Amino acid sequence: MKVRWRLLSVLMILALVAVACGDDDATTSSTGPAAASCELADLDLVSPGQLTVATGEPAFPPWVGTPTGDNFDEPESGVGFESAVVYAVAEEMGFSADQVVWVRVGFDEAIGVGPKNFDFNLQQYTITAERDEVVDFSDPYYSNAQALVAFADNPIANATTFADLADARFGVQVGTTSLDYIENVIQPSTTVSVYDSTVDAKSALEADQIDGLVVDVATAYYITAVEIPGSVVVATFGAPADAPDEFGMLFEEGNPLRDCVNVALSALRADGTLTSLEEQWLVDAGGAIIISE
Amino acid sequence: MTQNPLERVERRGPQMLWPRRSPRESEENGRGAWIAVISTVVVFGLLIALALNSQYWPAVQRQFFNWGHFKTSFPLVLDGFWLDVKMFIVAEILILVIGLAVAMARSLRGPAYTPLRLLMIGYIDLARGLPLLLLILLMGFGIPSLRLPGVPNSALFWGVAALVFSYSAYTAEVYRAGIDSVPESQRMSARSIGLTQGQALWHVIVPQAVRNVIPALLNGFVSLQKDVALVFVLGVREGLREADIYNARTFNYTSYIAAAVLFLLVSIPVARFTDWYSDRQRKRMQAMST
Repeated sequence: MKVRWRLLSVLMILALVAVACGDDDATTSSTGPAAASCELADLDLVSPGQLTVATGEPAFPPWVGTPTGDNFDEPESGVGFESAVVYAVAEEMGFSADQVVWVRVGFDEAIGVGPKNFDFNLQQYTITAERDEVVDFSDPYYSNAQALVAFADNPIANATTFADLADARFGVQVGTTSLDYIENVIQPSTTVSVYDSTVDAKSALEADQIDGLVVDVATAYYITAVEIPGSVVVATFGAPADAPDEFGMLFEEGNPLRDCVNVALSALRADGTLTSLEEQWLVDAGGAIIISE
Repeated sequence: MTQNPLERVERRGPQMLWPRRSPRESEENGRGAWIAVISTVVVFGLLIALALNSQYWPAVQRQFFNWGHFKTSFPLVLDGFWLDVKMFIVAEILILVIGLAVAMARSLRGPAYTPLRLLMIGYIDLARGLPLLLLILLMGFGIPSLRLPGVPNSALFWGVAALVFSYSAYTAEVYRAGIDSVPESQRMSARSIGLTQGQALWHVIVPQAVRNVIPALLNGFVSLQKDVALVFVLGVREGLREADIYNARTFNYTSYIAAAVLFLLVSIPVARFTDWYSDRQRKRMQAMST
């Protein structure tokens, strides 16, 4: 017995030594210095000569495609806000439209470890400090607000203050900042239900398992206009000043391309392109009241 | 009166079950143990070395095995996990009862019971033929959408109902295998002393049948204990969903590891118990046949 254990420990030590030695050359070489130049030829791209952009599967209007159903789930069309922003950024960086190649990556997949198959990914990712530790975000391309959707005949459809919402049953999509907003700001008495997708949350609304659904304001207008007849946007919520809800493009941690995309984004913001794209593709939130107390 | 077969074995000594080793055999066993130790260390050592030497290991470690995130997410996941445990207990009790009732109904003989048997076969085919996730979605969102008066619309209620609906069918088939394994002579002798068909099933067949299938039933326990988590698709905040929320908030996967630890803490003891029980059962059987 004694001999066997001795051999076992020797082998284990050997294995550990092998592991320790092998570890030395495992440096994270991907985090290089920022690219000095944003000339097309100098860019470090996933596939040389083309801009590979990822979005969700399916991609929903009004972000990709329009609420009227035109070019639904066709980011190549340039129809829909995020699709239009990508083509504007690409043009600003010097790409032609047919050099933009779209790939589909799930929300969870995109945030995983390892090399990415896209240059950047946009599917309404809210920029947060915690997420920023794992991936990199561009500067914001859109400032978001949360909105409450309910059936017109539900009592909460008449809410004007947070107190009116204290006993409501809320539902949200997982991965959205809506959950944090409800739990931290509205603080309802019932546990907030969390769904995989807004589709499931809508099913729960129709099944009367929740009173209201909290989603991004643009999505809210799409849902009420097209997807759930009889539902209304009850209100939009003012984002707390210290925690703005802004969408950014997601890059692999340390990707130098991010700086070049930021240069393009700030040019598009300065010349008013971003604002006009918002006006073109995202419904104006003017109708609903804003609840902030 | 015949002797208790177990007692007989006991008196003859344990060599009936565990043959005494000859010196030559012990030597071979010694070498076998050596080979087992060496091959285990080499195989696992290589696998671990392969993982740790990967270029992405530091990133994987940060994202999946992060102690800080583990400590933060564990209480949240544990909170949701209690709901999993409660769902499991309620569902398992209903499943054991309903499964047995279905199996008994299906095992009744005689032309008069044909409609009942057909109904049970139809139910089992339906419940086993549909993916559990589909059942949960259909029952959890579908039935409440009908807004039938007096019918509960809680997602938790319908989630557990879907689990019971599906698992009762599998469990009924396990029970039925047990019922079929009881020799026909048992049924006939029970009938011959004047028991009705139902009495014969309940008093004679079922007790023997259940004893024969306990390991298979315990296996179903282990399976259900994990599948309760599927109710999260209905928006229910159980353990896996809490882990999911944490992951979506931080982009860190350690919360899933916390959930995995909790599920394993429950399922491994049940699995070991199943092994122990099957082993004991097998030895008893062997003893009885000697």
